[in-house]
Amino acid sequence: MVMKRDEMLRCLANHVDNEQIVVAAYSSAFDWISIRQSPLNYISSGAMGMTSSHALGFALGWPDQRIICLDGDGSLLMNLGSLVTIADSAPKNLVHFVADNGLYEANGPHSTPGRGKTDYAGLARAAGYKSVFEFDSLPNFEQQIGSVLQATGPVFVWSKVEKGENYPKDYKLMHGPEIRTRFSEAVKRIPRRRIEV
Amino acid sequence: MSEEELSGENILNAIREAGVSHILSVPDRTTEKGILRRVAADHSFRHVRVSKEDETIGISAGLSYSGTRSLCLFQYTGLLDSLNAVRAIAMEYSMPICMMVGLLGKKAGVPPKESDNYGIRIVEPILEAMEMKYVLIESNHDVKKIVPAIEEAYKNSTPVTFLIGRSPI
Repeated sequence: MVMKRDEMLRCLANHVDNEQIVVAAYSSAFDWISIRQSPLNYISSGAMGMTSSHALGFALGWPDQRIICLDGDGSLLMNLGSLVTIADSAPKNLVHFVADNGLYEANGPHSTPGRGKTDYAGLARAAGYKSVFEFDSLPNFEQQIGSVLQATGPVFVWSKVEKGENYPKDYKLMHGPEIRTRFSEAVKRIPRRRIEV
Repeated sequence: MSEEELSGENILNAIREAGVSHILSVPDRTTEKGILRRVAADHSFRHVRVSKEDETIGISAGLSYSGTRSLCLFQYTGLLDSLNAVRAIAMEYSMPICMMVGLLGKKAGVPPKESDNYGIRIVEPILEAMEMKYVLIESNHDVKKIVPAIEEAYKNSTPVTFLIGRSPI
């Protein structure tokens, strides 16, 4: 059985502490902010696949913090070159998740090109990510997520998912200034720490 | 070098003086020799080579939250290709995105709006329609405008574009 995206994110949330920066795209972002409420969730990554690029900026700006990016297949397809850019910049502290439901979900549930055929893990390996994982079942994800988050980055995690529960889709919150101001204040309070990779 | 010429070294000194540590780039023939080659050889900058220009807007925004200043360096065609990222991230989110954009094909001394090149001619009107600040850099005298413009961008969290009107040497 394919895992539900929200079940996967709930499992991930169990491994994310209060000082963890998470940058998330569209549908994953709406699921995530309902599951893990924190001012360190960044969901204002604009449009057309810029989430992975924001994540790279965070990773380069905070080299001692592990940065988690929650991308989608539609979002990644709009910025596929970012795989090569990230691999070339080689941030050890970046963990790039792609929740692949085969849909451009945010603008109506229409298929992404290559649905069920594109090997995103293969693309990440070919781009030069240091560590690449793929999951299509929750038990495997639960079993391995701890070690995934400790792997040497850049890490790529391809999860084949389907939509789970419905969560509020608050675009006003996503694009409004409040969430960015809150993030900006919150990041000033997180302690610098070395990550072990 | 006369005031009418444009020194790549002066431009880089100004960028450095403004506290920029990261250069995010796609090569552009106008700035490649005078600026980008120097950046690639100068390890005081962290040089991030990107696959496509709009990535620089997201990376620069992410960097800004840690207090890290960056400059996006590419050609005007890359700017045109990145307008949606600029619209959303730089303008609507009001982020301090600093772009240095080579106007390939612009003749020195001819204002961009009077260029016989369509692509060059539309750049300033597009930036004006987007309500974004821009500064034309065409001589060493203009280079003095770089530091205050970057300082202002980061102080007010607003974007700025430097249009490079001739090839720096």
